[in-house]
Amino acid sequence: MIQEIIINGLINGSIYALLAIGFSLIFGVARLVNIAHTALYMTAAYFILIGLDYWGMSAPLAALLAIVITTMLGLICYQLVIKPIREHEGAVLIATIALAMAIQEIFLIGFGGHYLGVPPAATGYLFLAGVKVAKQHLLALGVSVLALVGTWALLLKTRIGLGIRCTAQDREVANLMGINVNREIMMALGISVAMAAVAGVIVAPLRVIDPHMWMEPLIMMLAIVVLGGLGSIKGSFIASYILGFTEALVVFALPMGAFLKVTVALSIMILALLIRPEGLFGVVFEEER
Amino acid sequence: MKRSSVFGVVLLFLTLVLCSGFHAWAADPIKIAIVGPMQFTQGEGHWNGATMAAEEINKAGGISVKGTKRTIELIKVDSNEFLSIPDATNAMELAISKHKADFVMGGFRTEAVLVMQDIAMDNKKIFLGCGAAHPELCERVTKDYDRYKYWFRITPINSKHLVAVDFILLDMVAKAITKELDIPKLKVAIVAEKAAWADPMVKIAEGKLPQMGMEVVGVWRPSPTATDTTAELSAIQRAGAHIIFTTFSSSVGIPLAKQAGELKIPAAVAGINVESQKDGFWKATGGKGDYGLTVNTYARVKITDKTIPFFDKYLERYKEAPNYNAGTYDGLYLLKTAVEKAETLEADKLVPVLEKTEVTETAGKLVFTKDHDVTWGPGFVTAIGTQWQDGKNLCVWPNGWQGVKYEGTVEYKVPPVMVEHYKKKK
Repeated sequence: MIQEIIINGLINGSIYALLAIGFSLIFGVARLVNIAHTALYMTAAYFILIGLDYWGMSAPLAALLAIVITTMLGLICYQLVIKPIREHEGAVLIATIALAMAIQEIFLIGFGGHYLGVPPAATGYLFLAGVKVAKQHLLALGVSVLALVGTWALLLKTRIGLGIRCTAQDREVANLMGINVNREIMMALGISVAMAAVAGVIVAPLRVIDPHMWMEPLIMMLAIVVLGGLGSIKGSFIASYILGFTEALVVFALPMGAFLKVTVALSIMILALLIRPEGLFGVVFEEER
Repeated sequence: MKRSSVFGVVLLFLTLVLCSGFHAWAADPIKIAIVGPMQFTQGEGHWNGATMAAEEINKAGGISVKGTKRTIELIKVDSNEFLSIPDATNAMELAISKHKADFVMGGFRTEAVLVMQDIAMDNKKIFLGCGAAHPELCERVTKDYDRYKYWFRITPINSKHLVAVDFILLDMVAKAITKELDIPKLKVAIVAEKAAWADPMVKIAEGKLPQMGMEVVGVWRPSPTATDTTAELSAIQRAGAHIIFTTFSSSVGIPLAKQAGELKIPAAVAGINVESQKDGFWKATGGKGDYGLTVNTYARVKITDKTIPFFDKYLERYKEAPNYNAGTYDGLYLLKTAVEKAETLEADKLVPVLEKTEVTETAGKLVFTKDHDVTWGPGFVTAIGTQWQDGKNLCVWPNGWQGVKYEGTVEYKVPPVMVEHYKKKK
C-alpha cells in the first residue's frame, strides 16, 4: 500500500506543483492574486482538444500550440484587465475572478457543458515498485519534473531569472537600480501562465475536460500556496507534495471518505496556519509591514 | 386622386383586412415550455426530443381540441439547474408568467425540480417531469393530491426501481463471470459518488450483496466531480475485486472508466453510470470505457414499434443517440392523446384524463401509478441495461427477464481483459 501512496502522491504533487509555483511566482513578483490562473490551465486543456480534434494536429504540435496560445492569452488579459488596476490588490482579485468566469462562460457557450477528453499520448501501463502506473501518468510526472527543473534553472541560473528575483525581493529598489520592473512582471507572468498551460496540457488526457474543471484545482492551489507561504516558490513546491501525498493517503486509509481528500488537505492547511500563520516558508506578516 | 391610386389604396386595405382576418381564423398555438439545463447534454436531450415530436405533430396538422387543429409552439427555457437552483426557479416563473406556457415539461436535478414543481403547482400548470428520478416528486402527489396532482413523471423510472434494475444487472454480470471464469465467490468493490441519492444505494448494496453470495471488499466514495480516480483504482485492484459496482450520475464516471481501462483493471464495471449512457462517453474515455455496463433508457432495440424509428431519426438528426431526457418526445405524444381525449387544455379537466391514459410510446407502455409515476415492470416501461461493446452501446438487458426480451438485444460480454487475466492465473 505504501508504494501506491508514494507513486500516486508523487504524480498528484507534481501536477499541483506546476500550478502552485506559477501562481506563487506572479504573486511574489507583482503581488497579483491571479484567480484566473486555473482558468488558463483549463484554456490549455481545451486548446489541445481543439488542436487534436478540430485541426487534426499531432499531439506534440497541439500541446505546443495550446501552451503558446494560452500564454499569449494570459499576457493579453494582463495588459487589458490587470495592468490598469495592478496597484489595487482587491480590485485585481475581483477582476481575475471575473476573468475566470468569463473564460468559463466562453467555453460553456462554445462547447456546452459536455464532458470531453483527449486520447493519451502514451497508452498502456508499467509496473513501478509492483504498482500499475499508466504510462500517461508517468509522462505527466516526467513533463512536470522537467518543467519544474526548467523553471528553477531559469529563475536561478539566468539573467532573466535574476531580474525577476530582484523585482520579487523589492520592486522599488529594483526599479531604482535600473531594472525594467514592468518587463520583469510581464516575464514572470508569461512563465506563470506557461506553467499553468503545461499543467493543462498534461492533465487533459488524464482527466475530464469541461467548463468547470478549473474550480477544483483552484481550491487545492490556493491551499498549497497558503500552506507553503504566499509568494514562496520553495514553500509551494513542498506544500504541493504534502497535499498530493495527503490526498493519496486519504483514499487508501479511508476509502469511504475518498471524497474528503480535498477537505482533509484544507484542514491540514488550516492546522499549519494556526501554528505558523505565515505558512511554511512565507514572510512573517509583521516583517512584511 | 387618380383612379389608379384609389385602386392601390383599396387593394392595400383589402390585403390588410384579409391578412388580419386569416390571423383571427388561425387557432392559437398550444404553448409548451421545455425547461432544462440547455447548455448541457440533459437539456439538449429535453429540447431535441420535444422538437422532433412537435415537428411531427405539427406536420400532421397539430393537436385537435374540440375539432380545431392547434399547432404546438415550443418555448426553450434554460434552467441552468446544474449551477444554480435560483436560476431554475426563475426559469419556471419565466415559462409560466412571461411566456404564458400552457404546459411545462423537463427538469433534471431533483433539488431544482422540487422547487420548479412547487411553482408549477402554485399556478396549476401540468408539469411533465422528464429527468429527475427521486421518489419524493411523486410521493408529494399522494401526500397532498389537490396541490400536486398536476405533476406526472414520464422519464426516468423511479429511483427505487432503478435500484431494482441495478441489482438485476449485477446478478446478470455475476452469473456471466461465474459461468465463464468459474470463480467460486465474487468480490465486489462498491464505488459510489458522494451524493445524497447514492447514500441509500450504498447501504442497500452492502446488505444485499452478501445475500447474493458476493463479498464486499470495500466501499469507495469519490467526489461526484473527482477528476482522478487512480488512487481508488489502485486500492480496488489491491482488494482483488472482480466487479466494480458503480453508482454515478456525474462526471466522475468518465475518469473511473477511462483509468480502469488504461490500467487494464481485471474487473467488470457495472451499475449506474449516467455518463456512459451517452455517445460522447466513448470519445471522452478514448475507448477505454469499453465493456462498461449501465442502466439506461434508450438503445437501438425494439422496445416498442416506435423505438427504432425514433432512435434512428434522432441519431441522424443530432448525430448522437437519445438520452433519457429525450423522453420529452413521448411526453408530447402523451399530451396530444390526453388533450384530444379531454377536448380541453384546462388542467383540472386534463388531470383525470392523463391518469387514465395508456399510450405505447418509444420507451414502453406509459401508464401512471396512483402517485402519477410512470409504471415500471414487464409490459410497461422496464428501462434497459446497455453495455459498450467495441464502440457500440448495446442493449444486453432485459434478455428474457420476466419473459421480456427486446428484438436487437445481445448477450452481455465479460470484459476480455478480465478473461485473459483469470485464465492466465489458472
